[in-house]
Amino acid sequence: MLMHPFMQHAYLAGTAVALAAGLVGYFLVLRAQVFTADALSHVAFTGALAALAAGVDARVGLFGLTVLVAVAMGFLSPRARPDDVVVGGLFAWILGVGVFFLSVFTAIRSGNGNGAAGVNVLFGSIFGISGRRALATALIALIVCGLIVLVSRPLLFASLDSDVARAHGVPVRLLGFAFLALVGVTAAEASQVVGALLILGLLAAPPGAAMRLTSRPLVAFGLSALIAVVSMWVGLWVSYAVPVVPPSFSILAAASLPYLLTGFLGRPRETLSGQRA
Amino acid sequence: MGSFSWNLVLDIQEMWSLPFMLNAFRAGTAVAIVAPIVGWFMVLRRQSFAGHTLAMVGFPGAAAAAWLGLGLGAGYFAFSIAAAFVMAGRPAGSTVHSEESALVGTVQAFALAAGMLFVSLSGGFLNETTALLFGSFLGITAGQVMALVIVAVVVLVVLAFIGRPLLFASVDADVARAHGAPTGALAVGFLLVLAATAAEVGQITGALLVFALLVLPPATAQALSPRPAVSLALSVVIGLLTVWVSLFVAYYSLYPVGFWLTTVGFGIYVAARSGVAVAARVRDLHPATAPVPTC
Repeated sequence: MLMHPFMQHAYLAGTAVALAAGLVGYFLVLRAQVFTADALSHVAFTGALAALAAGVDARVGLFGLTVLVAVAMGFLSPRARPDDVVVGGLFAWILGVGVFFLSVFTAIRSGNGNGAAGVNVLFGSIFGISGRRALATALIALIVCGLIVLVSRPLLFASLDSDVARAHGVPVRLLGFAFLALVGVTAAEASQVVGALLILGLLAAPPGAAMRLTSRPLVAFGLSALIAVVSMWVGLWVSYAVPVVPPSFSILAAASLPYLLTGFLGRPRETLSGQRA
Repeated sequence: MGSFSWNLVLDIQEMWSLPFMLNAFRAGTAVAIVAPIVGWFMVLRRQSFAGHTLAMVGFPGAAAAAWLGLGLGAGYFAFSIAAAFVMAGRPAGSTVHSEESALVGTVQAFALAAGMLFVSLSGGFLNETTALLFGSFLGITAGQVMALVIVAVVVLVVLAFIGRPLLFASVDADVARAHGAPTGALAVGFLLVLAATAAEVGQITGALLVFALLVLPPATAQALSPRPAVSLALSVVIGLLTVWVSLFVAYYSLYPVGFWLTTVGFGIYVAARSGVAVAARVRDLHPATAPVPTC
C-alpha cells in the first residue's frame, strides 16, 4: 500500500495533521471551546472560496482568514475566551459570506458549475495531495505541535483556573489569543486533509476519549495525540482497502470509535475540567 | 427578475405577482416567527453549538434516505431526533462543559462524515449537497409552506406549555431543581423541540438559514433588553425584519438569499451591540442623567 506515492503523501500529511489536532483539541475540550473550532472550520471554507473566487491560491485565504477571525473573536470576548453568542453570530455571517463567494466562484467558472469546488473544500480530498503540498502541510502541523507543547504548562494553568493563574503572573489574555491563532492554523491545515466540515471530529473525539481514560492532564494531552494519529492511520488504511468508503468517513469513524467505547467505561473519578463548571 | 424602481409599493406588488416569491415570503414569515422563539431559549441556555449540530445532522439523514430510496423528510426527522437523544444522553446532573463540548462536536463530525459516506454510496449528488447545506427560499411549493406552518404551530404550542419552567431552569438550574422543576426532562424536551424545528425548517431552507435565524435575532434581542417578555417579542420582530428585507434585496440582486439574510441579521446584531455599548458609555460620562437612587 505504501508503494503508491499518493498513499505516502496522505500518510505524511495525515499523521502530522492528526498529531496537531490531537494536541490542540485537548485544550479545546478542556476549555469547552469546541464550538469555536466548529466556527473556525467554516471560516476555512469561506476563506478558501474567497481565495478561489479572487483567483489566488486557496491556502492564502484559508490561513489568512481563519487566523484573522480567530483573533477577532478573542477581541470581542473577555479574556480572549469567545462566548457562545459571539461565536454563533459571527459564524452564521461568515457562512453566509462563504455562500456569496461560492456563487461568485461558480459564476466565474461556469464550466464546473455544480459546486464541486465547494464540496471538495467541505469534505476534503486527502488522496489528491501532491508531494510538495504534503510536505508543506506536515511542516506547518509540526510547528503547531511544537508551539502548543511549548505553551502547554502555562496554558493548562490558565485553562483550569484563570484567576489564580493571573495572580501568579501568567499572561492569561495573551495565551488566549495565541491559542485561538493556533486553533485557526490547525483548522486551516486540517481542512486540506479531512475537509472543513469534518475537522471537528479530529479535534473533539480523541481528547474526549483521552479525558475519559485518565484524569491526569499531561497524560491525557499525550494520549489524545496518540488516539488521533492511530485513528488517522486506521482510517487511511480502511479507505485504501475498501475504495467505496471515502477517507474522510473512515478517519472520522476511527476517531469516534474510542470515544464511543470509553463512554461505557464511566468517568475516571472527578476530572480536573469539572472545576470550570 | 424585475428591475428596481424607487417606488417600493409598486416593487412589492410586482414581486408578489410571482407565485414563487409569494411562497418565499409566506415560508419566510413562518420561519421568522418560530426560529427566533426557539432560538431565544437556545441562546439563553448557551446551546448554539447543539443548535448548529442539529441543523447539520439533517444532511446525513437526507443522504441516507436518498440512498435507501425513502422520503427525504423522514431521513431529516429521524437523524435530527436521534442526534438530540444522543446529545441529551450525557450523565444527568453533570454540568461539565468540556464533556458536552466534546460530545456535541463528535456527534456533528461523525454525522457529517456518515453523510459523505451515504453520498458516495448512492453515487453522488453534488448539486443537492450544496442545496442541502445552504438552501434557499426560492422554489418552495404551497405544500411546503403548509408543512412549515403546521410545524411552527406545534412547536409554539409545546413551548407555550413548557416555556415558564424552561425559562426558570435555563436561568438558574440549581434553584429550579430545588423548587421541584424537572430540569433533566426539560433539557431533553427542549433539545427535541430544537431538533424538530431544525429538521423541518432545514429541509426547506437549508441548514445555514435555520442556524442564522436561530442565533442572530435572539442574540440581538437579548443584548437590547434583559426582560424576558420584551426580548422574546423583539426577537420575533427582528427575525421578521431580517427575513423580509433580505428576501426583498435578494430578489433584486445577483447574490443568494443566504448571504443577504446572514448579512442583514449580523448587521442588526452589530448595530445593537454597539448602540448598547455607546449608551452605557454616555451614561458613565454624564451620571446626572442616570436615575438617582432615592434613600
